[in-house]
Amino acid sequence: MKNKILFFVLIFFLSFCFLVLFKSLDSSSIYVPEKSEERELPEFVSTELFLNEEITSNEIFSGNEFYILNIWASWCAPCREEHPQLMELSKNPSLKIIGLNYKDDPKRAKKFLKELGNPFSITVIDKKGIIAIEFGGYGIPETFVINKDKKIIKTYIGNLTDDSIKQINSLLK
Amino acid sequence: MLANHIGFYSLIMGLLSSILIFIFSLKSYQGKVIDKRIIPSSFFQLFFVIVSFTSLVICFIISDFSNETVFNNSHTNKPIFYKISGTWGNHEGSLLLWLLVLTLFLFLFLINSRSELKQYRVLTVIFQQVIIIGFFLFVLFTSNPFSYLFPKPIEGLGLNPILQDPALAIHPPILYIGYVGSSLIFSATLAAVIENYISKDWAKNIKLWILISWIFLTIGIMLGSIWAYYELGWGGFWFWDPVENVSLMPWICLTALLHCVLILEKREILKSWTIILSIATFTLSMCGTFLVRSGILNSVHTFANDPSRGIFILSFLFLLVSISVIIFFLFHKENQNDYKKIYFLSKEVSILVNNWFLMYFLSVILIGTVYPIFLEVLTDHKISVGPPFYNKLIIPFLVFFLVFMSIGPNLKWIKETNIKNKVQLFIFFLISLFLSLFLFYKSGQTNLTITILLSSSLYLFIVTIKDFFTKDLYNLSKKIAHFGFSLLILSILLNSILSKEVIVNLKVGDKFNFKNEKIIFNSLENSRKVNYESVVGSFTIEDDKQKIYEFKPELRIYDQPVIITSEADIKVDLLKDKFLVMNIIKGEEYFNVRYQIKPFMIWIWISVLLLAVGGFLSLYKRFYEK
Repeated sequence: MKNKILFFVLIFFLSFCFLVLFKSLDSSSIYVPEKSEERELPEFVSTELFLNEEITSNEIFSGNEFYILNIWASWCAPCREEHPQLMELSKNPSLKIIGLNYKDDPKRAKKFLKELGNPFSITVIDKKGIIAIEFGGYGIPETFVINKDKKIIKTYIGNLTDDSIKQINSLLK
Repeated sequence: MLANHIGFYSLIMGLLSSILIFIFSLKSYQGKVIDKRIIPSSFFQLFFVIVSFTSLVICFIISDFSNETVFNNSHTNKPIFYKISGTWGNHEGSLLLWLLVLTLFLFLFLINSRSELKQYRVLTVIFQQVIIIGFFLFVLFTSNPFSYLFPKPIEGLGLNPILQDPALAIHPPILYIGYVGSSLIFSATLAAVIENYISKDWAKNIKLWILISWIFLTIGIMLGSIWAYYELGWGGFWFWDPVENVSLMPWICLTALLHCVLILEKREILKSWTIILSIATFTLSMCGTFLVRSGILNSVHTFANDPSRGIFILSFLFLLVSISVIIFFLFHKENQNDYKKIYFLSKEVSILVNNWFLMYFLSVILIGTVYPIFLEVLTDHKISVGPPFYNKLIIPFLVFFLVFMSIGPNLKWIKETNIKNKVQLFIFFLISLFLSLFLFYKSGQTNLTITILLSSSLYLFIVTIKDFFTKDLYNLSKKIAHFGFSLLILSILLNSILSKEVIVNLKVGDKFNFKNEKIIFNSLENSRKVNYESVVGSFTIEDDKQKIYEFKPELRIYDQPVIITSEADIKVDLLKDKFLVMNIIKGEEYFNVRYQIKPFMIWIWISVLLLAVGGFLSLYKRFYEK
């Protein structure tokens, strides 16, 4: 009898642990390094993908609006996954999306955009991956939100999700 | 390309052979003799997993980025040694390694257990096969290491440079051998419970596997800790980080089990306790895998986290635990009569008491690790549990633990009658008490808890040294392991009491006086290495005896992904380590310089090695006696 009670208590306890751990799987565990201060934009000179002309960072970020810089490449599978989210964001008129094409073949990059749509108002080439370093990128894809004062206010490591799109939209208000 | 395909198909072949073994062993459980096909098919299972693992290693070596695992974790610029270690430095590869060790252990068990009961052997194989098939399915369906990428990327995403360290490169395989060994203990225990074979003979046989896992777990934890000390550059060797805790918990459990099995072997008591410990050890190992691999514990490198992985391990873990609980309650009958012959002053009681202490430490660590997860789910509060929690809850009980550990081994089995003989032990206690009081008087510190802790660890130290001078040499393994443990506690303690540290911002040409030493920042030198940019600072430290030490700490700016790591310069000495590390302060010419004097550091590693040596000796003795 005593054993039976103990048995059921144990099973109950185990199921409780299971439920809690099961729920904890849902919560997002992607860790974004906290950067308390807003960071200045790095300056760079690069080539535009389609126009094949030299362009400086000052020319790119010249307007008085919010910018999003997205590091991507045609060979990067998660970039393909987050592309619909970027297309969604590009419909927002108060926002300009800049693409940073990372260590890629220009032909493949153009084909990628032709196939999936082009959310970027400007796409710059980062053949050697140096600009990504200047931005302090951790890997690709990675997305930076830049405010009107030309400061980086938010970084998303890994692909954008619907939640991050909501967050970006709320940052714009 | 080719290696990728070979790897994938041999993994599937491995799964097929493991299903075959499962069917064969089910048949032989009902039949009279053991099926002759089990051993060859277990060999094939092992062979296929080895082929699969080797192909993954080859994919890493030739940087085949059409393999998703290689693409995510490697880079052409990486040195070959780290390309290879990258194989198990990630989720998919490490699971393949789990599988490799699982199948290897099963094979070794099969060829090593010919003299044992047939039913027991077959049941162990059945349980072990359930675990193996579970892992096969897990690898194939949620974390396939051979996923194919098209178009083939030109460059990989790199491996975290912090992981590029020799100690860390060999640390996971060794730790895994320890973890996975516990799965065999688990299966064998369940089989023995069903067959009612928990006995002296069983204890003798299972001790071998407990020792193997224990030795590897000990060395694995030490390597992880060495890595943290030399690479992370925080100047500590243990941070009570959840990932560290999940490796320590099975170790504590296994240590308790190791001692418990000794009692079982000698007296044939504590059967239930042995069973519970075996199940707990395996559960904790699996829990460790779950917590680390599901990404519940935060980490920078959990990019493509797939929640289905976590759900799989979690369900699998709870399935196994439920099965074991049901088997325990259905089949196990403890014979109460065994307990009438127990006397308080005996070796078995003192081992049992130490077992309780170990369980207490275990539960403190378990609560500290798991409680934040539970709290977040139930109340949405985020807390983090740090070293003060563990120190406050563990240190007071450590005192009693150490005292019991000094006295216990000097008692006799069954009943200690000769109490007068133990005056010597009491004198040793007084000596260590005075010695530690004297030490504190000299150093000018007055902390009661630390004094008591120091005296109790000195006591254990003296008693374990004394044990070497007794006539009987037969239990040398125990003496060495216990001596190692006392040395470990003593060096950790002295290290934390006597460490000195200074943190200061310096620029090139600056001088700084610290105690009786002078720190001078001479120069900076930049250079380009294969996959990182290196900045080396040159420091001299002069003490009042005009002795000069040169320090060259380094900052590494890695390319892929961009991470800055600091390589501390450490001058290792028998008595103390001198540790100097520098960090960048953004936008300034100043560097943040930290200088530490850490006494007895090297003795921490030596003492853990002694623990492992003790284990090896015991293992050797077992084979020798056979």
